[in-house]
Amino acid sequence: MSDALSFHYDVDGESFSSAGQASAGVKKNLRQLGIDPEIIRKVSIAMYEGEINMVIHAGGGEADITVEDNCIVIVLTDRGPGIADIDKAMEEGYSTARDNIRALGFGAGMGLPNMKRYTDEMNISSVVGEGTTITMKVFF
Amino acid sequence: MTVSELAQLDDFEAVALPEADREIDGAYSGDLLSWVMGRARAGNAWITIMSNINVVAVASLADTACVILAEGVIPDEEFTATAQARQVNVLRSGKPAYEISLILGSVL
Repeated sequence: MSDALSFHYDVDGESFSSAGQASAGVKKNLRQLGIDPEIIRKVSIAMYEGEINMVIHAGGGEADITVEDNCIVIVLTDRGPGIADIDKAMEEGYSTARDNIRALGFGAGMGLPNMKRYTDEMNISSVVGEGTTITMKVFF
Repeated sequence: MTVSELAQLDDFEAVALPEADREIDGAYSGDLLSWVMGRARAGNAWITIMSNINVVAVASLADTACVILAEGVIPDEEFTATAQARQVNVLRSGKPAYEISLILGSVL
């Protein structure tokens, strides 16, 4: 634990074109560490979905990635509106995204389900009006 | 078949080929980005009509072999430059997604 590697990213809430910078950065860093490409693919997709969610719903946020001995931990934190019904949000196809978001190809209601699909553990902690923290783990 | 071999076929045109020798292993067609991230497999050719910059990010993270822009879609310069910089192969075709799928079905 003491020599765990960690990376921190601020996710810009203003722009869809810059969304993905954090996940691209993580992908590059993990590749340099020689981590299995399939693990990298899972981590970077889960993180990108989280980044997009923070841009769509929360005006940005922060991402912290830690490489532990047996897993990669991703913690996404925002001070957005929070998720009122987490079970509903986890359903494939359920989305509260607006039409302009859908026109970009997002808002299909697959973001959170994909984050769950590609990670081994996922925990959502959300308070309406305060924000959301999502913790995900991908084991080696 | 490699991406550059596919780009040589009549109905395809190269937009960016930073990893031209990448092998294509199957294909996926879709325009909803999260569906693509959830369903496309690494090494697939991804057929889409979307050409916003997020397509490059999705192709990179999902590790597809290439993006094939269907229906004669022409990407802007930022799209092409970003694809080149992020090692994302991009082709385009005047054909609709269904017809591109048929071609891939016969050549892959």
